[in-house]
Amino acid sequence: MPRKEGPKISRRAWITTTSGVIAAGLVRSQSDAIKLVAQEVPAADPTKVPGRLVSELGRRASAEQPKRLLRAQELSSSSRTPLADLMGTITPSDLHFERHHGGIPDIKFEDHELLVHGMVDRPMVFKMSDLMRYPQVSKVYFLECSGNGGGVYSQTRMPTEVTVQAMDGLLSTSEWTGVPVSTILREVGVRRGASWILAEGGDAAVLSRSVPLDKVMDDSLLAYGQNGERIRPEQGYPVRLFLPGYEGNANVKWLRRIEVTDRPTHTREETSKYTDPLGDGTIRQFSLMMDAKSVITFPSYPYVLPERGWWEIQGLAWSGRGRISKVEVSTDAGRSWVEAALQGPVLPKSTVRFRHLFEWRGRETIILSRATDETGYVQPTVQQLWEARGPATSYHQNHQRAWKIAAGGEVTFGLGDMV
Amino acid sequence: MRPVDRSNRGSALVVVAALAALLSACDPSPGAFSGAARATEGGAGSGSAEGLPAHAPARFAFGAEASDARVAMWDIDVRPDGDGLPQGSGSVQQGRDVYMVHCIACHGPTGTEGPNDRLVDNSPWDAYPTSRAIGNYWPYATTLYDYIRKAMPQLTPGVLNADQVYGVIAYILYLNEIVPEDAVMSAQTLPAVVMPMRDRFVDDDRTGGPGPVR
Ligand code: HEC
Repeated sequence: MPRKEGPKISRRAWITTTSGVIAAGLVRSQSDAIKLVAQEVPAADPTKVPGRLVSELGRRASAEQPKRLLRAQELSSSSRTPLADLMGTITPSDLHFERHHGGIPDIKFEDHELLVHGMVDRPMVFKMSDLMRYPQVSKVYFLECSGNGGGVYSQTRMPTEVTVQAMDGLLSTSEWTGVPVSTILREVGVRRGASWILAEGGDAAVLSRSVPLDKVMDDSLLAYGQNGERIRPEQGYPVRLFLPGYEGNANVKWLRRIEVTDRPTHTREETSKYTDPLGDGTIRQFSLMMDAKSVITFPSYPYVLPERGWWEIQGLAWSGRGRISKVEVSTDAGRSWVEAALQGPVLPKSTVRFRHLFEWRGRETIILSRATDETGYVQPTVQQLWEARGPATSYHQNHQRAWKIAAGGEVTFGLGDMV
Repeated sequence: MRPVDRSNRGSALVVVAALAALLSACDPSPGAFSGAARATEGGAGSGSAEGLPAHAPARFAFGAEASDARVAMWDIDVRPDGDGLPQGSGSVQQGRDVYMVHCIACHGPTGTEGPNDRLVDNSPWDAYPTSRAIGNYWPYATTLYDYIRKAMPQLTPGVLNADQVYGVIAYILYLNEIVPEDAVMSAQTLPAVVMPMRDRFVDDDRTGGPGPVR
C-alpha cells in the first residue's frame, strides 16, 4: 500500500499565509483559526503544528490499510481476513471474511421478519424490534468457513508462495450479540419428536441449511450485534443464525425463517456442497463441527526476517468443541515441540493467540504449530488426514501448517518440504 | 431424520412410482406438549449460561402468531420424501425449452461447458469422486426443486413457475441419464427418482477426543 503523499507546504509558507489571513481580520475566533491551520498534511514535527479535529467516524492511520483478499467479483464469492495484519483475537468488523451465494441483500431493519414454524405449538413471526426485546447475550466466538485451507491439501501440488490470508483467511472472531435461539423456541413451543431445524436466509440464494435441534437449543444465537454495533450487511444484517463452533455456511445470514422438523431437508449446500468424500466410496454428510486447528501468522509468507536473533512466533488456535488447552510449536521441522504461551482469557469456541519466543540463528528451518483442545483432540498432520479421508475432501482441512525460514530469512509455506 | 433406507445400494436406475404413502408421512406429529417445555434433553436448560433467569415468564409473547397463510407464503422448502413439492408437472421436452432460455448462458449447451457449475456428469467413481455433479454425486432429486426454485436462474431467481421448474429438472436428469426421454416430473414422480449415489452418504463420525483421526 503506497503511502499517500500530501502536498508539501513548507512551514515558512504556511506561517506566512496564516498570518496574512489573521492580519486581514478574516479570523474572528479561535475555532476559525483552528479550521484554518488544522493539518491534514503529515507534519515534519507534529509537536509544532496543530492536529486534525474530532470527527463523527474514526479512521485508520493512513499508512495502516489492511484489506480483505477478494475472490472473483461474482454473486457467489468470498473475501478473506488479513490474519497476518491483525493483533489479539477480535477481527475488526470491516475485515471479517465474507462468503455469499447471491450477493449481499439490502434489507431494512424495520421491514425484516423472522418466521418460526413447523413442529411448534404456535407459529410466530418476529420483527427485529420483537427479537431485540428478548433477554440478550453477548459472546466471543470464532467463525470459520469449512473450505478454509482447501489450497494446502493437495497430495501432488503443495504451494510455497501462499499467505496466511489466502490459506486460512476464511476465519474471523467477533463478539456476537443476540437472543439465544432456545429463548425463541420456548416461545413457540417445540413439539415432541422434533430433532432438526431448517434455517433459511432472505438473500437472492435463499440459502438454507439443516441443523440438529440439540445444537440449536444448546448455545446458538439469533445474532443482531457484532463487536458492539449492529451486525454488518456482509454478516447477515439485520439478523443471522450463529452456531458456535459450526462451519460458517450453516450460520445462515439474513435469517428469515426457521422451520422445526424431525429430519434434515438435504438442501444443496448440505449435499452437493459441504460434504466430505472419504476415499472409501462414502461421503460424510452434516460434518458441521470445526475441529481444533492452529496456524502461525508470524512469521509467514511473504515476510523476510531481516536479521537473526530473537523473534516472537505468533499465531491463532481455535476449536469448535470448546477451549484450546494447549498449543505446541516446533522450530525444527517437527522433531521437537515446546508449549507456547496462550494469551488469556482462553474462551471456548473462540480464537486464542499463542506466542513462542524463538532465537533464530540464521539457519534454514521449518516452524509448525499444533493445537490440542479440551476434549484431548490433537490437530492432525496432513498425512493423518490423507490417510483418514483420502485425497478428495475439500472441507475441514484442519491439519498442521508449516512455514519454512530460509537461511536468508525468507519465509515460504513449508508443508511441501515435509511430505 | 427418518432413517434413510440404505439397503438399495446405488445403481443408476430409474424408479418412478407413486409415493402417496410417503407424502402423508411427513406431517408434524400431532402429539403436542406444553409450549414452555423443552423438546430436547440436551437443550439449554435453565441452568445454562444462556438460560433465562428463574423469574422469567413462561412466555414473553413479543412477536405475533403467524397465520397459516403467512406460513404457506414462505414455507417453500422441499424434502426428499416430496414434502413441499407444489402442484404442476413438466416433461423433458418442455424442460429443454426452459433450459435453452434460462440456463444455457451460465451452464453451457449440454450442461457441461460452464462457465458456472457443471450440471451434467454421471461418470461413476469408486473410492472417491473426481467431479461432483448431479449425476454422480447428488443424493436426492428433490434437492433440485428446492434449490432451483430458490436460487436459479442466478440473476433472476424465482422467475420460473412450477411447471417450468419440473420441466428443467426432468431435462437435467435426462441429460444425466437418470430418467428416460419421455419422463415427466411432478410432486409424485420427482421424489421417486433414485439418485445413483444416494446410499454413499454417511453421517459424521468425528467425535473429538484423543481417538483416531477421522
Ligand atoms: C447468471 C448465471 C446463471 C444462470 C442463468 C443459471 N445459473 Fe445455475 N448456477 C450459477 C452459479 C454461479 C451457480 C453456483 C452458485 C453457488 O455455488 O453459490 C449455479 C449453480 C446451479 C446448480 C447447482 C449445481 C451443483 O452441482 O451444486 C444448479 C442445479 C443450477 N445452477 C441450475 C440452474 C438452472 C436449472 C438454471 C436455469 C433455470 C440456471 N441454473 C441458470 C449460475 C447460473
